[in-house]
Amino acid sequence: MGQAGWQDLAALAAQVHSGCLLAVPKDSSGVSMAITREILRSGVRDLHLVCLPTSGLQAEVLIGAGAVRTLETSAVSLGEFGPAPRFAAAVRAGTIRLLDATCPALYAAFQAGQKGLPFIPLRGLIGSDLLRMRADWKVIDNPFAPGDAIALLPAIRPDVCVFHAPLADAEGNVFIGRERDLLLLAQASRRCLVSVEAVSKENLLRDPARAGSVIPAIYVNGLARAPGGAQPLELEGHHETDAAQMSAYVSRSSTEAGFRAFLDEWLSLGKVAA
Amino acid sequence: MWLLGRRLRFPAQPPCSPGELRLSVLGSRQNNFFTSGGVELFDLAAQGRIDAFFLGGGQIDGQANINLVGTGNYPRTSVRWPGSFGSAYLYFLVPRVILFREEHTRRVFVPRVDFISAPGVSAPEVHRPGGPRALVTSRALFSFDAQAAGFTLQSVHPGHSAAEVRENTGFAYREALPTVVTPPPDRFALALLRGPVREELSEVYPRFAAVLAAEELTAEPGPP
Repeated sequence: MGQAGWQDLAALAAQVHSGCLLAVPKDSSGVSMAITREILRSGVRDLHLVCLPTSGLQAEVLIGAGAVRTLETSAVSLGEFGPAPRFAAAVRAGTIRLLDATCPALYAAFQAGQKGLPFIPLRGLIGSDLLRMRADWKVIDNPFAPGDAIALLPAIRPDVCVFHAPLADAEGNVFIGRERDLLLLAQASRRCLVSVEAVSKENLLRDPARAGSVIPAIYVNGLARAPGGAQPLELEGHHETDAAQMSAYVSRSSTEAGFRAFLDEWLSLGKVAA
Repeated sequence: MWLLGRRLRFPAQPPCSPGELRLSVLGSRQNNFFTSGGVELFDLAAQGRIDAFFLGGGQIDGQANINLVGTGNYPRTSVRWPGSFGSAYLYFLVPRVILFREEHTRRVFVPRVDFISAPGVSAPEVHRPGGPRALVTSRALFSFDAQAAGFTLQSVHPGHSAAEVRENTGFAYREALPTVVTPPPDRFALALLRGPVREELSEVYPRFAAVLAAEELTAEPGPP
């Protein structure tokens, strides 16, 4: 990729188009709230948001802002802060199409995408309403051992994935620590956009202690430096979830008007600070 | 709090001996030994390395079907919960799944769940080494028999009665007679729960742990 991959957040967000299949990680893995804010500023609509394997605040604000047409996830949860209000409201109003899944089904479908396979089998699922509601999931008889029913899931190959990581180097190699879900996202997706906390002067692949926890630059299409880019969500080794901000979000977003006020503030605040 | 914990057994160790019990709270960073990402938990289950798993439910019915999605007509459920998480997989593969739900009412324990996140029992052609074995509530303990596809009331907790359990349970179940009272935890178990277990829990569920700590201050003294 090289140094040309370094851009500003708005330039990254401009690569997320209306109607695209956008993949994001779970809240604890490194969510790029910084790129999310730019995506919302750009006015993107009709996203098919696929979560590996769940989401929280990021899905909430994207749904609340009306940017999501289809949501594919195993859960939307704000954990102990309470139910996700705009997600629940959109479900009640029927304004988003739901593709409810289970965590291992999303992992498996991303792994199929990573390997260039058309589909992948998965245990479990049979007899659930998850499977019954998914026209794209099938059940076959095991061709190697008949009398063994097994589910098949089509591969997921997102148009673009977006996340936040602790560190990258000038060449665009991205350090992810133990958050291997980010590597899966990068390899399964056609494009990968990353915001990072800091930039390393050293090439990360030359340090054997870290090289195994690096996404090589060949999988990365665009980077931006955005310290605090995951906030108010946690980033391992950097900061915890900001409990005060999360609680404030939940109470404000219990109404549509409250959410709109939050959103206006959040979008404009970032602009001032940027 | 849908997925509370799991117990791991490594192949070299004998199963279920208390000294080797390994309990892990999902979402913990301090006790997280995974290096392959979120998929590792599910791969562990598929490899047979997890003995037991605690699983909650927004609704649970008499066939041990669990609903983590919501109430009303899917997809436009009137009450929407987070979603099914890993239930539709782990419920099939982990040998001993223990269902838990503190609220023991007819809105939770229903004749038929509105959405099956994961079914309690499966047809013979479905690979199912695991499944529900027990259900713990604030009032009682039930066992589950996969052959009969039903629960049996095993004991009621101190201060509760079989009649009260009947009144607050929306599905049919068998009763082991005579009614037995759930034995309270001994001093060792109680010290464990209020000490290290609560401490570990507070990393992932700080608010819940704080509630437990506050309750402990007003609780009756433990058994001798």
